[in-house]
This record gives sequence, C-alpha cells and structure tokens, in this order.
Amino acid sequence: MSAAPGPRLGELFADRHIGLDRAAEQHMLDAVGYASVDALMDAAVPSGIRLQPGENDGTAALPPAATEREALAELRALADRNTVRRSMIGLGYYGTVTPSVIQRNVLENPSWYTAYTPYQPEISQGRLEALINFQTMVADLTGLTTANASMLDESTAVVEGMLLARRASKSASTAFLVDADVLPQTRALLQHRAEAVGIELRFADLADAAAAAGDGSSATGLDDADLDVFGVFVQYPGASGRLWNPSAVFAAVKERGGIAVAAADLLAQTLVAAPGELGADVAVGSSQRFGVPMGFGGPHAGFMAVRAGLERQLPGRLVGVSLDAAGHPAYRLSLQTREQHIRREKATSNICTAQVLLAVMASMYAVYHGPAGLKRIAHRVNRTATRLADALGDAVVHGSFFDTVQVHVPGIAHRVAADLRDLDILVHVVDDLTLQVSVDETTTDAEATTVARVIGAALGRPEVALPVKAALVSVPAELVRTSEYLTHPVFDTHHSETGMMRYLKHLADKDYALDRGMIPLGSCTMKLNAATEMAAVTWPEFADLHPFAPEADVHGSLELIEQLQSWLAAVTGYDRVSLQPNAGSQGELAGLLAIRGYHLSRGDAQRTICLIPSSAHGTNAASAVLAGMRVVVVACTETGDVDLDDLRAKIAQHADEIAALMITYPSTHGVYEHEVRAITDAVHAAGGQVYVDGANLNALLGYARFGDFGGDVSHLNLHKTFCIPHGGGGPGVGPVAAKAHLAPFLPGHPLQQRDTIDRGGASLPDHHNIVSAAPYGSPSILPISWSYVRMMGADGLKRATGAAVLAANYVAVRLRDAFPVLYAGDNGLVAHECILDLRPLREATGITVDDVAKRLIDYGFHAPTMSFPVAGTLMVEPTESEDLAELDRFVEAMIAIRAEADAVAAGEWSKDDNPLVNAPHSAESAIVGEWTHPYDRERAVYPVHSLIAGKYWPPVRRIDQAYGDRNLVCACPPVEAFA
Amino acid sequence: MSDLKYTAEHEWVAVDGDVATVGITAYAADKLGDVVYVDLPAAGSSLASGAIVGEIESTKSVGELFAPVDGEVVEANQAVIDDPSLVNSDPTGAGWMIRVRFTELPTLLSAEEYAALTAE
Repeated sequence: MSAAPGPRLGELFADRHIGLDRAAEQHMLDAVGYASVDALMDAAVPSGIRLQPGENDGTAALPPAATEREALAELRALADRNTVRRSMIGLGYYGTVTPSVIQRNVLENPSWYTAYTPYQPEISQGRLEALINFQTMVADLTGLTTANASMLDESTAVVEGMLLARRASKSASTAFLVDADVLPQTRALLQHRAEAVGIELRFADLADAAAAAGDGSSATGLDDADLDVFGVFVQYPGASGRLWNPSAVFAAVKERGGIAVAAADLLAQTLVAAPGELGADVAVGSSQRFGVPMGFGGPHAGFMAVRAGLERQLPGRLVGVSLDAAGHPAYRLSLQTREQHIRREKATSNICTAQVLLAVMASMYAVYHGPAGLKRIAHRVNRTATRLADALGDAVVHGSFFDTVQVHVPGIAHRVAADLRDLDILVHVVDDLTLQVSVDETTTDAEATTVARVIGAALGRPEVALPVKAALVSVPAELVRTSEYLTHPVFDTHHSETGMMRYLKHLADKDYALDRGMIPLGSCTMKLNAATEMAAVTWPEFADLHPFAPEADVHGSLELIEQLQSWLAAVTGYDRVSLQPNAGSQGELAGLLAIRGYHLSRGDAQRTICLIPSSAHGTNAASAVLAGMRVVVVACTETGDVDLDDLRAKIAQHADEIAALMITYPSTHGVYEHEVRAITDAVHAAGGQVYVDGANLNALLGYARFGDFGGDVSHLNLHKTFCIPHGGGGPGVGPVAAKAHLAPFLPGHPLQQRDTIDRGGASLPDHHNIVSAAPYGSPSILPISWSYVRMMGADGLKRATGAAVLAANYVAVRLRDAFPVLYAGDNGLVAHECILDLRPLREATGITVDDVAKRLIDYGFHAPTMSFPVAGTLMVEPTESEDLAELDRFVEAMIAIRAEADAVAAGEWSKDDNPLVNAPHSAESAIVGEWTHPYDRERAVYPVHSLIAGKYWPPVRRIDQAYGDRNLVCACPPVEAFA
Repeated sequence: MSDLKYTAEHEWVAVDGDVATVGITAYAADKLGDVVYVDLPAAGSSLASGAIVGEIESTKSVGELFAPVDGEVVEANQAVIDDPSLVNSDPTGAGWMIRVRFTELPTLLSAEEYAALTAE
C-alpha cells in the first residue's frame, strides 16, 4: 500500500474536536502570559516527568490521524469481519427489538447521551423522571418496594446483593449459600469477589434438594448446618432455564436471620410470580432485553430492588421525589450519603455511577409497550419455547421454564450446535450431553422450526416438527403471576409513536446537556462526544453480537478491542490493558485486586495496607476495602500536595505491610505535583505497588505517561479522556492498564473467546480475576474511543491536552480577581481544571456555593463541580472542546454573579431575598402572581441581555434536598401531585 | 449552656446523677448541614467510651456518634429518630440523642475549652 496523503485542510478531525482556533489560542495565551502552548506546558508540567524529545513516547504504536470518513471506512471493514447470527445462547443476554423511536430519540440523541449525572437536579428533571420510571418498573415487576436507578450489570449486581446481605443480616455466619444453577459469569464473579473480602461461598443444587425433600411441602432438603448462612442466592429462573419455587429455602434462611437474594428476568416477571412474592428480600438482574442491544456484552442497565426496611442498604444511585421552592414535586438523587464515594473506607459497595442511558432506554421500552404489551411479548416468547419443548418431547431436561429449553443430546451437543450455526443459529453447549436454547422477542417461527428439526434429526427423530399449539404447560400453576404491575398512568399513555416521540422530547427539553452549552464540571472532563465517534454504536455488526458468540463470528470486534488496548497502553506507558471494567470504580477494584494477586503470588500475604492521600476521590478508599485492603490515609500539605514527610512516616510505620499507594495525577486538586517521582520511588523502595488513578489523564496525554513516572497500574476513564458520552450518569468504561508483571492478575473471563491480554504464559485462576459480567465489558461503545484515538492521532491527542490546560489556566486568570484560585502548581499554573474558592465570598456576603451554582442556571450554565474535593469551592474544567466565546460567556457570568453577591453584601438586596438565594428562577416564578422581590423580573431571568434570544428555562425552582431525604419516595408519584 | 460538658468529637454531655444525656453540638450540626437520618443504639445496649455507636446523616455527609462514657443506654430519643431536623433546630434541647447510665465519668471539656477547640 502506498503512503496515504495527509488530510486536506479542513479535514483534520482534531480541528473539529478542539474548540480553539489559532486566533483564540493566541488571545488566551496572551491572557495567561505565554508565547505558545509549548511554553505554557513547559512551565506547567514538571520537567522530571515530561516526555523528552527522542524518548519513547508510545506514539509509534498509533497510526497517523485518519479523517472522519477514513475512520468510518475502517470501522466498516472491522464490522464486516463480524458475522451476526441469530443468538439463542441466552445466559443473561437476549435478542430484543429496540423500538426505532427509542433508538433515534434516546440512544442517538445528544440531549440524552451527552448529559451528566444529575447532581444539579433542577436542570435534570427529564432524565430523573425517566429513572424514576425505571425504578417503578423494576420495583413493580420484582414485587419489592424500592429499586435503585440501575447497576453496572447483572453479575456485579449479584455480588452487591451478597454484600448487602452480609451487612443487613442478623446471622453471624460468614457463609453465603448459592444455588448451583447460576449463570457461569455470575459464579466466577462471586468467587473472585467473595474471596477478597473473606466470604465463604457454599454452592448447592437447591432445586434438586427441595424436590428430593418431597413435593408440595415447605421442606428445603437442607440441614441446619447448610442453612447457617448470612444469605442465599437463587437465579430465578435458573441458568438452565429451570423454573422452580425457591420460597421454602428463602423462608428457611430468613428464619435464621439471613437475607434472601434472587436474580430475576424482567420479561419473565410479567408471567411468573415475583421474587418479592416468594419471599426474596432483594432482587437483582439485567434490563437488557427491554430494548437494549446485546452489544457483544454491554453496556446494559443492571438493577437492584429491596423490600421495605432495606432502602438505606441499597448501593448505587437512588432517585427520589422532593419539593421545589414553589412547593411543586421535583426529582433528585436521594440518600446520597449512602454512596460509596462519601463513605470512603467505610464503603460497602463498588458502584459509584449507574447505567443511566441504558436504564432510560429500558424504562422507555416499558412505557412504550405498557403492561399489556410486555405481557404479550412474554407470552409469545414462552409459547414459542413451550412449542419447541413439546416438539422435542422427552429429550427436554426441565419441564418448567419461561424461555429456555435444555435438551439432552448425548455425545452430539457440539455437532448439533455446529449444524445450527451453519444455519445461522447459535445455541449454548452446556456440555457434550446437553444443549440449551433460549427464545426471545426476535425469534421467528421459522427459526424455532429449524432448531426443532435439526435437533430432532440428530436424535434420530426426523418426524419432529414444531406444533402449532403446545400441549405442555411450562409455568407451574403455583408460579403463575396474579398480581398487577406497571399500573401508573405513565405506562399506559405513550403507546403511539407520536406520543412517545413527544414524551421523549418533553423530557429532554427539561435537561441541560452538552447540546445546550458548556458543562464545566471539574474532574468529569465533559468534552465533545463527536457524531462520527457515535456512528458505529448502533451498527448491527457491533450491536447484535452475543457476548459468548463463537470466536470465528467476532473477529472484527476482537481486533478493534486489541487495537484499542494497544493504543491505550502506548499512550500511558503501560504494557497491558484490560477493557473489562465497566466503570472507574470497577477499574480501580480490578487494579487493586491485581496488586493483591501479585503480592499473594509472591507469598506476601501480609501486604494489605493501601496508602491513600487525604485529597483522594472517595472511591479510592472504597475500592481498597473491597479488594481486601486496609486504608491508611496520608496527609496533604496546605498547598494540596501529598505530604512527603507523612508518607515516609507511614511507610516506616507499616514497612512490609504496604500493598499499594493510590495516587491521582494530576492531583484531585487539579495540580501537577512536583514530587510525584519521589512519592512513587518511596513506595517502590518499601516493596509496595503504585496505583495511579487515571481520572485526570486529560491533563497528561502526550506530555507524560503514568508508566514512566512510577505507575504499576492505573485505570483510565474512557468516558472522560476518550470521549465516551456520560449518558446522563453512565455508561462508563474503566479499563485497567498495567505493567507486565501484573498481567497475570488482570481480568479474564471463563467464557472469553480469546485472551486479548499477553500474560507471559501465566494461567488464570478458576475465577479468572473477573470483575464484570461480560468478557470485554461494554464493547458496543468501544468504537467511540477507538474512533477518537484513530482520528486524533498522537499529535491531535497532544494538542487536545495543551488546549485543555490552556483553557483551564485562561479561566483561572480571568476569574482570579473575582474568586481566588485555591491551588496552583509550578509557576502558579493549574493543570486542566481549577478550584475557585468561594469560602471568602460566603464570609463576606453570606452567599454560598449552592447559591452561585443555582444562579449559573439563570445565566444558562451547568454549574462546575460543587464542594469537591474541597467543601465550599467550585472546580471548573472547561476541556479542550469549548470555544473562546463559550469560555468568555462563562467567565462573564461568574463575574456578574460576583457583582450580585457584592450587592447583597452592600445591602442593596437583603440576604434572604436576592437573585442568588432565589435562584434558579423558573418561568412560572417570574410570571405567575405578584412580583414582590427587591430586584426586577428582568434581572431574575434575563441577567444577561443575550439570553433574550435563547434561554434555557429550568422547569423547577430550587429543590429542597432535606425534605426528600426525610420523606423518602422513590417511585412515580401519583399524577394528582403535579396538579 | 454552661452546665454542659463537651467532647473533642463535638458532642455535648449533660449529667444528672448517674445518667448522661448526649447530643451533638450546634457547631457539629451546622457543619453537617440538614440532618435527615439518625441511627441510634437501642435502649439496653452497652457502650464503651470512644466507640462509634450511631450515625447522623445529612444531605451531604455522614457524622458518627461516639460514646462519650462507658455505660448502658437507658433511652434513645424517638422524637429525633422520627424528626431528624430537631438536630438542626434544637441540637442541645429536643435534638438530644441518647441517655446513658454510667459508673464513672471521664474527663470532659468545659464550654470554654470546647469553644477554644472550635475557634480553629
């Protein structure tokens, strides 16, 4: 192939991704006081960690930047190397029809996918309503009281169910009873995670034991010793498809003070008795088959619901109802203090974020179909499966099932599966004697007929044919669902496509996402999610693959994964990358578990202490605890850096117990710490491993590499630096990158097509160091990050870093007279974000960080990060994607707000009635009723004249946070509440 | 109230005979913000001085209740469990948390000493 010519003028993607043109860049450099971006970066990034000219910077591994069209053509070629066949593999992943109205208006709509986690509830009412629909849907279908706003996937939700059981149980036992008929990926996850935190797993065939104990009785077939556990887990229906009644074992465990956890299938739930009705305290599962493509494993929204009394034990995000300042109902995140980043080392879960975009899709699937429609789909699925079982007669293993038929095919399972694959149908080979076929919404009669015919022929029964009507009854009478569900009117209103389209628009209009303006959230990196990057996500070759499809069918996806892994390793200075973790918190856990595995392999079982600076994100400490480590906090100096003296003292004190240090670079204070090499050297000298939290990689790419300044392992947030959209609070992707010595301990999977990680010949343990349900995490969104790197090239990535750092320093310089910048590094410069200290403002004027954040809404902005990492501050991260006009608009809004605060201090407006404490101002508040405030309406809603031409109107006024937590309501409120 | 004693963990202690009433100070309540939930030890539980015996949650953070004395819980304040906002509105009155029967009173801070501690 001849060398491709470089992109023509105007074709370079970096010029589209980066918001600053040359004139803007020069203007900003002048303001900051540097001649060039190079000079600025020379001054900002400590020379000790800077990549030097001639040094291997990893860029040789990256192909030169492709144009958008070229990248799409390459993706098309990769997609063509995948073969999509009809999956009947099941095992937690099912074919589903994504309603086009949901695909176009949610999954492909930046109003939904570019929003952030709803920390500013006043400007997030749309997705909060969608999430409360999700919670209501899950609670109704599982027969429990309160559901959270989603989990990362089903298998990690089971692990969280186990951890919940341990902390809520009254039993003193350290054992957890698990039904043997559990999904293989869930089994491996339970093993890996239980071992790290000292839980003993007891696997038992609970259905067989109950059946042997006699039918109809309440006996479990288990003795007292078996039941001496803090909880029990049952997959319902089982991984084999078997449907049985676990209520006796649930009752027996609960009688002894334990907690009963069930994994449920939401579609089955429309026909079979709910786990809550059978006595489960907790139900978990996946909402994938509610209209979310399989995507070769993810992302999907897992779920968790609990009975009354366990709400405070729920991990993850929880949406609740409160009131706004006008007394109207309004949604918000409830009980945030349960969350792991607040609890730090007292945390009990490994979930920080959620899977909001996917939960929204699943909830809208239920809204669109309604209870009757869902039941119709479930009936069809069950009927087809039952007809298939009827056709296969006594070869069927379990007589009771919902959608999955297990078939006895002695000695020929692999051959039959191969025959079916030739006919473009994939089934699950359990072992050489047994096949398993799962029917879903997309299964046609022709496909079911083919399956029946091929299996029948292989069994020497050529007469086998799919009956028109099944004689069998596959759902036992005692398990037929009789209770109602989805009775709230929202599930019976938007069934026409016009109605659905307008409901989605109505909700999206309430929210502030990147398609309206800048979201300058510090530590969140809300950069552009480019349309070309998003294009391939919904291509069927990527979207419709089952995660356990045969390797020969998924060459394109595996190649994309391997390319992305190698590029990520190259730019961070590591040797190996695993894309399996589904979020930053999971990446942290995977990295720390790798460190744990490494120490154990060397006989250093005593190395269990994890050093964490006091400035660290709370998730760090939570992850360390769940990796079986003890947290020792290292002090920070007044300037925000790690206190080297304290670090040395802590190392001396704990010497050979040091497992790891977790450090964020640049620090959570948004500063390039000068002494990072001294820090990593000290830890290595003590035999510890260095975990570098990659949350702030956007300030480093192209200028320095974690692996070069002492990192042994890091997680990267693809949803920050590598452009995966935040989706309103998930999906995330948190790959873990490591040096070669940790490769044997990086995540693998019992059902992976191939090991995409070179482990230097080391074999994986039985539980495969697994951290999420699918082998490669969330592959359907990896084309986004792949495209970003492919289109930016090494030069573009480096330019983006420079532009991000320039933008942050520009904002800091322009705002420093109005708001002091709390921390700075070398030469008074910040990295890619800056912390504005609002505490002096509060002292002087009584105006709080909340008031400023809410007033920014009136000016048309999403607030920066509030009170993290320092209470009473705002952390601003503009990213490289914003243009100068938007940066200036933000700066001017902040300066104007400062002037308003000064007017309060001067007594012009009272402390209790001014534009800041009353912010945000809804249209209703400005129009309805008599205007009694000491400032005029124009000041309230049009503080800047340009807003008249186009303004974002918050749908509610300031929300009462305390009211919502004191009066917890986490399901759709009755329609009358909005009257 | 000058007859109150204090701890470095921002709790106040009012002693009446062998029973100590314990709550958190106005300073602590203000730092926590709007309290939305309190988890208190049940009557009859025995306490060891310095141990964490309860939790006080606000909308933004979690505070812990430390036992200021060795003893046995005589009563947990049901009113504050039902209405946690009492911690903010009346921290040293209706917002009290637990009453503890003790045998020996450890050294506690005086109002002046506590004021010096929170002056920073």
